[in-house]
Amino acid sequence: MSETKWNIILKIYRQKENEAPHYSEYKMEVDPDEYVLDAVERVWAFMDRSLCFRHACHHSTCGACGMRVNGVEKLTCITYIRDVTQDGATLKVEPLRNFPVISDLAVDMGSLYCRMDSVGARPVLPVTEAEIENPSNKWNPEDAKYIRLSDCIECGLCISACPSAATSSGYLGPAVLAGAQANGLKHDPALLELVDSEDGVWRCHSAFECTAVCPSFVDPARRIMNLRTQIVSERLSRLFRRKS
Amino acid sequence: MSKPHAIIIGAGFTGTATAHDLALRGFDVTVIERGDLCNGTSGRTHGLLHSGGRYAVKDQESAIECIDENNILRKIVPQVIEPNGGLFIALNESDLQYGEAFIEGCEACHIPLEELKPGEALRLEPNINPKLLTAFLIPDGTFDPLRLALSFAATAKKNGAKFRTYTEVKSLIVDGKGNVVGVNVMDRRLNKSQEWRADIVVNATGAWAGEITEMAGAHVPVKPTPGVMVAYEQRFIQRAINRLNKPGDGDIVLPQRRMVVVGTTSFEIDNLDYVPVLENHAKLMLERGAELIPAIANAKMRGKYMATRPLIGAGEGRSAARTFKCYDHKETDNVDGLVTITGGKATTLRAMAEKTADVVCSKLGIKAACMTKEVPLISYRRYYTMPN
Repeated sequence: MSETKWNIILKIYRQKENEAPHYSEYKMEVDPDEYVLDAVERVWAFMDRSLCFRHACHHSTCGACGMRVNGVEKLTCITYIRDVTQDGATLKVEPLRNFPVISDLAVDMGSLYCRMDSVGARPVLPVTEAEIENPSNKWNPEDAKYIRLSDCIECGLCISACPSAATSSGYLGPAVLAGAQANGLKHDPALLELVDSEDGVWRCHSAFECTAVCPSFVDPARRIMNLRTQIVSERLSRLFRRKS
Repeated sequence: MSKPHAIIIGAGFTGTATAHDLALRGFDVTVIERGDLCNGTSGRTHGLLHSGGRYAVKDQESAIECIDENNILRKIVPQVIEPNGGLFIALNESDLQYGEAFIEGCEACHIPLEELKPGEALRLEPNINPKLLTAFLIPDGTFDPLRLALSFAATAKKNGAKFRTYTEVKSLIVDGKGNVVGVNVMDRRLNKSQEWRADIVVNATGAWAGEITEMAGAHVPVKPTPGVMVAYEQRFIQRAINRLNKPGDGDIVLPQRRMVVVGTTSFEIDNLDYVPVLENHAKLMLERGAELIPAIANAKMRGKYMATRPLIGAGEGRSAARTFKCYDHKETDNVDGLVTITGGKATTLRAMAEKTADVVCSKLGIKAACMTKEVPLISYRRYYTMPN
């Protein structure tokens, strides 16, 4: 934290059931080294108890606090106010796109969770499959017994940022296709029909917005491209298996 | 006969686990939560699945609860746990001396431990302080806080429990005799007041428990005690690394996804709803964390945050027992219809729920055995995909 204080206007998207959406503005004194979520939480604690938003872990492991900050998808618990606004300016906070709004900043992410289950996206996996490029984490074969939580925190930022997701509510979406890719078609051949489809990998138009906003190093765009390669290879090998 | 109706206030660890337990015992369960799941203390938990080692010397009741529940959670909810164990490491003479009491304490609490030579410990965890003098391997783990609670909530929901989130309790409904018969709530999604009645109201609001009991003129001796934690952007370790000494500030470093998290501190506050992260506490986490894992000194900070523990009973801060208690307010304040569960820690959430459900069943004259030690929890994702 710094001694500096900024005066900002927090402009928050509001929507209650059966009400037209609008924005509420809150004048606030903030420390630029606070996180955006701290400011949103203070609005609820001291200014407006009716404000609804999701948050839980406050350190980027749960994925609950995804919002659009000045139009860009952010995990608000690790987004410094300093990085997204300046003294005297307005900071706009809106709910994620491509999900139904429950109330204000809280969205219903049921569709994402449902699809993550449908592709068997693993919540935990052996550390040796975690693809950490870090010289201090060279693996020994025995390390495969260590289990870790997967990188994807199911925050929905990639779904919100994806231009293709906006065109089809049936599109599986970046996080889900990344979950399928991490499982691999070799490991789970039943995934082929699900991902090799109009609302599977071929809906992606390679905008790479998912990778740009992913706060958790999943790199969904690269994984979708890799999944396409896996699909072509699996289709070809099935073709030759049938002929022989 | 219709099912007994229980209202549970709070959807953190104890609220969701109690919903699961009571749903299995045949209750009609409604959970009322003012935000979404785990927006208070539970979501911001450090994430250590305690082996009990931390409490084995001074607080053996908690230590035994921890090792027993650790074993049960590994079995019923492996999908949210990094089960890789932990090390207690000694860096100086005082730590070594504590080691003797530590061995005795772990043995008394049936916590399995194995002493490792410094070289063996460094082979397992190359990034820990190479100046370590000795190490003990114990069955710690780490968990994802939100997903742990979601797993209990999903299973409760599958068994019929209803979750009313974004719904804040404004007051308790009290009958002519001063007994609690329901709650008045504000649905924050609709900005509308509602009234809910029940055969029993369970106050599972942790550090906020006193605010609820006050509404009925009852009392719980809960001391909200926040602590600061800091996450760094590199997974230096696979196991929980603990300082081998009596519990203190910044003496646990946990792996979690691609991070490590250093915790924690202990201080007192006035306003529970917003607690600032104290900068000097965050700085202390950096210093103390780097004693255990030197590379933390140069690591990029990922996030700093705080959580407010609900401490109960005698003692201040670190010296207070970490066990839990279920209060039947008929006995403590002559207010019937209200039960409070508080204290404890994330690792013991299932046991806290079992105790609470036992008290609720005995108050309502219901004979139903606890089944939560055996029933595996379903995918946490189902919480969001099942209709309410």
